[in-house]
Amino acid sequence: MREKRLERPRFGTSRSATVGGGSGRRRAGFLAVAGAGAVALALAACSSSGTTSSSGGSSSSAKLSGTLVVFAATSLTDAFDKIGAEFHQANPGVTVKFNYNGSSSLATSINQGAPADVFASAAPANMKTVTDAGNAADTPKTFASNQGEIMVEKGNPDHITSVSQLANPAVKVVVCAPEVPCGAVATAIFKNADVTVKPVSQETNVGGVVTKVTLGEADAGIVYVTDVKANASKATGVPIPANENDTTEYPIAEIKGAPNANAATAFISFVLGSQGQQVLASFGFMPPG
Amino acid sequence: MDQEKQPFNPLLAGLAALAALFFVFPMIGLVTGAPWGRMTSVITSKSSLDALGLSIAASLASTVIALLFGFPLAWLLARTSFRGKGVVRGLTTLPMVLPPVVGGIALLLAYGRRGIIGEPLDKATGITLPFTLAGVIVAESFVAMPFFVITVESGLRSMNRRLEDAARSLGARRWTVFRRVTLPLIWPSLAAGTVLTWARALGEFGATITFAGNLPGVTQTMPLAIYISQSSGRMDEAIALSLVLVVVSLVVMIFRRRLAGGD
Amino acid sequence: MLDADIQLRLSRLNLDAAFTVASGEVLALLGPNGSGKSTTLRALVGLLPLAGGRVVLDGTVLEDPARKVKVPPEGRPISLMFQDYLLFPHLSAVENVAFGLRAKGTDKKTAREKALQTMARLGLDGLGEAKPGSMSGGQQQRVAMARALVTDPKLLLLDEPLAALDVSTKTDVRRLLREVLRRSEAANVLVTHDLLDAVALGDRMVVIEDGGIVQTGTPAEVTAQPRSRYVADLVGVNLLRGTAQGTVLELDDGGQLVLGQPATGPALAVVAPAAVSVSRQRPEGQAPNTWPGQIRAVDLMGDRVRVRMEGKPAITGEVPPAAVDELKLDSGGELWAHVDPAAITVYPP
Repeated sequence: MREKRLERPRFGTSRSATVGGGSGRRRAGFLAVAGAGAVALALAACSSSGTTSSSGGSSSSAKLSGTLVVFAATSLTDAFDKIGAEFHQANPGVTVKFNYNGSSSLATSINQGAPADVFASAAPANMKTVTDAGNAADTPKTFASNQGEIMVEKGNPDHITSVSQLANPAVKVVVCAPEVPCGAVATAIFKNADVTVKPVSQETNVGGVVTKVTLGEADAGIVYVTDVKANASKATGVPIPANENDTTEYPIAEIKGAPNANAATAFISFVLGSQGQQVLASFGFMPPG
Repeated sequence: MDQEKQPFNPLLAGLAALAALFFVFPMIGLVTGAPWGRMTSVITSKSSLDALGLSIAASLASTVIALLFGFPLAWLLARTSFRGKGVVRGLTTLPMVLPPVVGGIALLLAYGRRGIIGEPLDKATGITLPFTLAGVIVAESFVAMPFFVITVESGLRSMNRRLEDAARSLGARRWTVFRRVTLPLIWPSLAAGTVLTWARALGEFGATITFAGNLPGVTQTMPLAIYISQSSGRMDEAIALSLVLVVVSLVVMIFRRRLAGGD
Repeated sequence: MLDADIQLRLSRLNLDAAFTVASGEVLALLGPNGSGKSTTLRALVGLLPLAGGRVVLDGTVLEDPARKVKVPPEGRPISLMFQDYLLFPHLSAVENVAFGLRAKGTDKKTAREKALQTMARLGLDGLGEAKPGSMSGGQQQRVAMARALVTDPKLLLLDEPLAALDVSTKTDVRRLLREVLRRSEAANVLVTHDLLDAVALGDRMVVIEDGGIVQTGTPAEVTAQPRSRYVADLVGVNLLRGTAQGTVLELDDGGQLVLGQPATGPALAVVAPAAVSVSRQRPEGQAPNTWPGQIRAVDLMGDRVRVRMEGKPAITGEVPPAAVDELKLDSGGELWAHVDPAAITVYPP
């Protein structure tokens, strides 16, 4: 991007115009802007955070830039990493940074003022915590849904075939903590199947459940179908019949006062758009129900 | 012994005051943010009492383990020389600098159900450590014992060993020498080490949640309960429990100074 | 009765010393720093294993490496009073003194009584409850003594007992120590680098240098006929080595002296500095034992001045202080020494 020289550079040396042109000139030019006065600086600063018209398509006329911070549920890790890469390809000026954790933990952080631009939750309940606190810029939109699945050690050595088998005290079952979406899913599954399961641990996000099962510490865990798919080499999945299973909807929203609102809007559009949806489907997510 | 009073140095005093305030403000924050109206009901709820009970039981057990196994190790490191001593000291104090979660993962790989030691143990006795109180104690001991070893080793090194010679020359057998000379002389570092260990065990989180898991009433210690509360937005509960932990720790810290004969 | 043959191999030193001490006797072990005196005591008490030799006390073999016998320190009826006292800082004075008794099984009350008695004998009344840290050097020394004595050891070892005291305290404590040692029924070994201690307190003396015994005898014998430079320096006399042929002594380091009495064979010669007269000019006449040398040092010793000079042989003479000016000794230069043959004491090495 070429900068307009406002006046002759006062701090740069004249040779910067010839050798290594770009950075030398940009530095001199920047210094010239700085030297132009505080008012000019203030104007420049204001203009970078002003709202520009957001286009719904994946390419916008105004170039997006800066860093985009996305808080996303652990279960979205692989899918969003890919979406982030594709988004960056389409908008090279934007660096996307993800913070993956249990949705309840992320919601709490956001309500305490964490500098996120976008929040993608694994359940409406956790998004509601954010909107109730007035921290969503607008109405959240559902962009995917997910279902539960039993994850067991590779090869299913304990021959687990149904949810009711998990009630057996000899089977070490790990689930997410109740306030985390996958924990709520587990609770609902056990209720639907009418079994009482005593888990040996309540993990703070679904990644913890996956770890315990793949390491062989737990015999079985309730995770999402997407997790089973992502860990196909390390574990085996036992599908849950539809009448016992629970589905969770994934809402996404821009955070109020987001530092990079432009990129936030574009990212959400990307996720909801065909490219984003394709990626999600490839990882095993179901379309918004 | 009377010593000349230190002249007042404003720069020193200023920096020290800043340092002190750095620690005071968070405590003030805890006290002012606490749900004083609901304190009793929060603290006496089943999950809180469970967490407190587990914390105290596990941290005390870890401290006892540190005493039993850490003292001989400290003695070995301070009093003997053997090939690879530096490596042994490095390895046994490594948990002090490792992030606790790393410790937890390493513990799983060693003592978990499929671990190097854990697997034979499971096959031979059916005993597994993760998801049990024993697992919590293992995790806490792992991160806390190095503090004990380091402190006691230092105490053993800095005592005048010739006093033990004197005792022996007066006819005292080795156990008497230890009981009447060595032990009293290293008592301050022993006390400090014990308290440090206990405090570290009490506050342990990362290794515990990774190795032992998180289950209320079984493995959910205070730090875990506080974390769960905090991450679910139940800040009242989190702050209340945090205050309890702070008070318990403060009491022991103060008690420790008197125990070790400090000023 | 102690029969000791101490052979040690240490990093700095090889020690080889054999001696006996009768019950009630005080043997003074004298020697320069690093000679192995303190090491000898540590070996006797059992804190250093022997490489060879034997230690027998009152008929009991305490150590015999060849036969793999080693009684540990706690099993030996030996008390060692350390040079730095090593009082237990966390115990009171009376607890310190009673330590040895209680370690051997005496009950607390009896031990305490005996300890207080011994402390009273050494002038430590009323200091029972005080901690070592609050006591003066002299008091600490006496507590250390009491602690070593109260167990009625068969062998009492004292490592430089007066070294850490100032001059005035030293005199008092030396007197006290004399009393204590005189009444002691144990064999006593006293290590010191101070000749005065050895002379005042010792019945016999052993001089150790470089890990070996170079001279034994009564203090009088040793000081009258020093057999090493170290003792000669301590005593403050000139010591020369040579070979005698009648009344001529050929000195090992060059030069010769005419003797008052004839002698034959290897010999040591002692000359008191006071018997060496110095002058700037060559003395008149043909007096024997007159030779020149360069001034090496001039030392003021109270009311006398010692003049050390090079020459064949090197010698130390003595002059009154006035002579320093008269002879302009400060400016160095050449001097002439003269010794009367009658003032030379000769004895076999």
